[in-house]
Amino acid sequence: MSRAVRSPLRGRKLYTWSTAVAIAALVGAAGCGGSSGSSSSSSSSSATGAQKGGTYTILANSAFGVADPAQNYTLEQWQLLIDTHDGLVQFLRVGGTAGTKIVPDLATAIPTPTDGGKTYLFHIRKGIKFSNGQVMKPSDFVKTFERQFTVPGPTSFYAGIVGASKCSTKGCDLSSGVVADDQNYTLTIHLTAPDPEFLDKLALPFAYVVPASTSSKLTGNNVPPGTGPYLWQSYNPNTQAVLVRNKYFHVWNAQAQPAGYPDKIIEKYGQTVSDEVTAVENGSADEVFDGDVIPADRLNELNGQQFANQVHVNSLTADWYFAFNTRQPPFNNLKARQAVNFAADRNAYVKIGGGPSLAVPTCQILPPNFPGYKPYCPYTAGSDHTKWTGPDLVKAKALVKASGTAGMKVVVNTDIPDKALGEQMVSDLNKIGYKASLQALSGTIQYPFVQNSNNSKKWNIAWSAWYQDYPAPSDFLNVLTGCGSIHPGSDASPNIAAFCDNSIQAQMTKAENLGVTNPSAANGIWAQVDHAVTDQAPWVDLYNPKQIDFLSKRVHGYEWNPQWYILIDQQWLK
Amino acid sequence: MAIALTESAEPPAQTTPDLPPEISGRSPWALAWRRLWRNRIAMAALVLFLLIITVSLVAPLYAHDVARVNPFANNLNGTTVINGHRVPLMQQGGGILKLGETPIGPTWDISHYFLGADQQGRDVMARLLYGGRSSLEIGIGSAVICCVIATVIALIAGYFGGLVDAVLSRLMDVIWAFPVFLLAISISTVLLTESSGLSIGPFHLVATSLWLPTLIIAFIYLPYVYRPIRGHVLSVSEKEFVQAGIAQGASDLRLIFSDILPNVVSVVIVLLPLMIATTILTESALSFLSIGVQPPNASWGTIISDGSDLLYTRPWVAIAPGIMIVLTVLSLNVLGDGVRDALDPRAKLRVEAG
Repeated sequence: MSRAVRSPLRGRKLYTWSTAVAIAALVGAAGCGGSSGSSSSSSSSSATGAQKGGTYTILANSAFGVADPAQNYTLEQWQLLIDTHDGLVQFLRVGGTAGTKIVPDLATAIPTPTDGGKTYLFHIRKGIKFSNGQVMKPSDFVKTFERQFTVPGPTSFYAGIVGASKCSTKGCDLSSGVVADDQNYTLTIHLTAPDPEFLDKLALPFAYVVPASTSSKLTGNNVPPGTGPYLWQSYNPNTQAVLVRNKYFHVWNAQAQPAGYPDKIIEKYGQTVSDEVTAVENGSADEVFDGDVIPADRLNELNGQQFANQVHVNSLTADWYFAFNTRQPPFNNLKARQAVNFAADRNAYVKIGGGPSLAVPTCQILPPNFPGYKPYCPYTAGSDHTKWTGPDLVKAKALVKASGTAGMKVVVNTDIPDKALGEQMVSDLNKIGYKASLQALSGTIQYPFVQNSNNSKKWNIAWSAWYQDYPAPSDFLNVLTGCGSIHPGSDASPNIAAFCDNSIQAQMTKAENLGVTNPSAANGIWAQVDHAVTDQAPWVDLYNPKQIDFLSKRVHGYEWNPQWYILIDQQWLK
Repeated sequence: MAIALTESAEPPAQTTPDLPPEISGRSPWALAWRRLWRNRIAMAALVLFLLIITVSLVAPLYAHDVARVNPFANNLNGTTVINGHRVPLMQQGGGILKLGETPIGPTWDISHYFLGADQQGRDVMARLLYGGRSSLEIGIGSAVICCVIATVIALIAGYFGGLVDAVLSRLMDVIWAFPVFLLAISISTVLLTESSGLSIGPFHLVATSLWLPTLIIAFIYLPYVYRPIRGHVLSVSEKEFVQAGIAQGASDLRLIFSDILPNVVSVVIVLLPLMIATTILTESALSFLSIGVQPPNASWGTIISDGSDLLYTRPWVAIAPGIMIVLTVLSLNVLGDGVRDALDPRAKLRVEAG
């Protein structure tokens, strides 16, 4: 459940755990690994000339907060954690669409669930040590999962494990749900119900193993030892994080955890993104952290011949959208919601998002190249309902009239960095007869503010954005428009629109159940759900963003993984 | 200063006893005005300030009749004319990657996006003039409100003294204890989340109202104006004519408003232009942080904020309002110094002592 709070042009940097569902970051396009800019951008990591050594320097505008992997829910740390820690399974560590495939990591193989999809038996690899020299054992996983509940942080990913419902920050006993056999090196996980996304969830850094001796409490800025090719030498959120080689690491499955190329990875904090661009241009750093959005007026430099081959652009599996407040007039009325969808000038939003090279207009919930995605846009001028071509103000005005909501006051809520989007929405609403005004709130306040139903009388349509946690349709459709994602009075209620349609919800449940045994058929149902939700218009979908990676000249072997984005340690320096 | 020196160097009027003194019959205000009038630098500042006000007041005329634009509405798909050719306001990046959208720069054509467009395709020149209106309205409004309220509180505290003075002064100290911008940011953030607005008795303010930043800024500067005025009231309250009034049984209201107020109003007048300069700067800072003037309204601070993302490619978006702020604050500070020299006898004393 991840959500960005900055526009591509202004920095998508703040992914901090602040609520139970977290304002978080992650991840990219299943199947949109094609990058533009550099001709070598998708080259294999085994390309000729690859060499180990050197220090790879990343510049990030700010640090990622507390470093405990049980709590941290940021792309910024996850990009480093995948190089220092391992889980039972992992997303295939390559660029392109293949990067969404689950492969065994510390497990020897991907198990087939038994007991109707509720039990997973993992055989754990032997002979693997943590970076402190301690031998990794299956029982370490028990503590790892228990820490998910004793450390304040997102718990929903593993709430389906037997015994998890009784866990809290005061204590957790998962001995009945996560059964370790250190003699036979097996780990058995029992779920309360089948979960077609469980392996995806196990591939997230929350489930990366730490020693059983790790404190049950938050470790603050100390990252517990892991098993990956690097270890955290230091982390100071005011200055830098330093990763150096883990001398105990050896390659056991290069698909999941290959050896890294640089000897040292440093992430420095505190510069403006514009200064970061200058530093990379000068060669004094290697990467502008890809969550830091490059200022619009620096893009012209990157377009030029001098730097173009150091730039990589990739489509993200993410949505930028406005959610209607379906609890309150006028947008408790379907026709009013559809009217705004017809009126929204997505071309203008795309320009705010950086132009057609950095944003693609959309009408539907699921992003392109995502499981269950079938192009659909009923809110466009013209008769082609597979893509948006322009607003249809005539239809929009007719719908407003039919809804009986013309002339009503509408409060458009955005965060301050994205107020341009809000101003465009105000303009679109006024064109069809509403009296719209903008409410621009601080970035840290806006997301919890619009999630909390106690504030629902204070706004009518609110900007938001969503980036996948893992490549599963439910991560968009169920999390953002499902009835179960409405939590009254909570700051963690990701269904901002409070949209709940029982027949659509039944379809979602059906798709989830089918996903355990027949993912392909389930994706067909998800496609229907996507179109049905789009027809009910709980949102005005604006566009699917793209992302820029800007690297120094000496960086080679760039690969873009749809789950982790840039694969930092798979690049070499020359 | 030079004028004051000249005056102090003049021989006393007794040298020509058969003629009435040249300045006899002139009120202290007339004298002050004459001193101000003779201060060329202060008058130049006044003219500059009046010019800025005038230019800002004609913003609707410029937007409607000259530029023919709506400076408050996004115009991302709009076009304008440069050298007889129609061009889009937002231009896609070039080169190999075509990343980004850049607004057009200054055309230096008064009727076609003179200073170019901002990132939402709006006419920067029109917004600059409207921004001046907002900044000046808020700056002058908040300074006047602040001075009036602070004067009333200072009169009450200084005249009555004792417990009244202690309570009011501590109240001001509490406000003073908060860092100015932290207090303003806190108040603004709370008020902006109330889409239905803020109701104070019969008054109702919506989040986009200019009154919100005006009142917030007036509030945070109360102690800064209160303290010097209170000091002056304390001093005047001890004067013989006030004591005589008390002895004669004059009412408190009469003493405060008829006897004390006229003697401290010069302090307020000296403070006013300086306060306006300060409040304009504060408004710009708050608006730059997006917690002052709210969209779609513009102020110089919001325009600088809009332009901060365009410093490399379209610097005029930020530079133009910056120049306006500098000119306005400079003119007010120079004018304030002139008014002080004209009204404040201590200025003369300083010169004489030198």
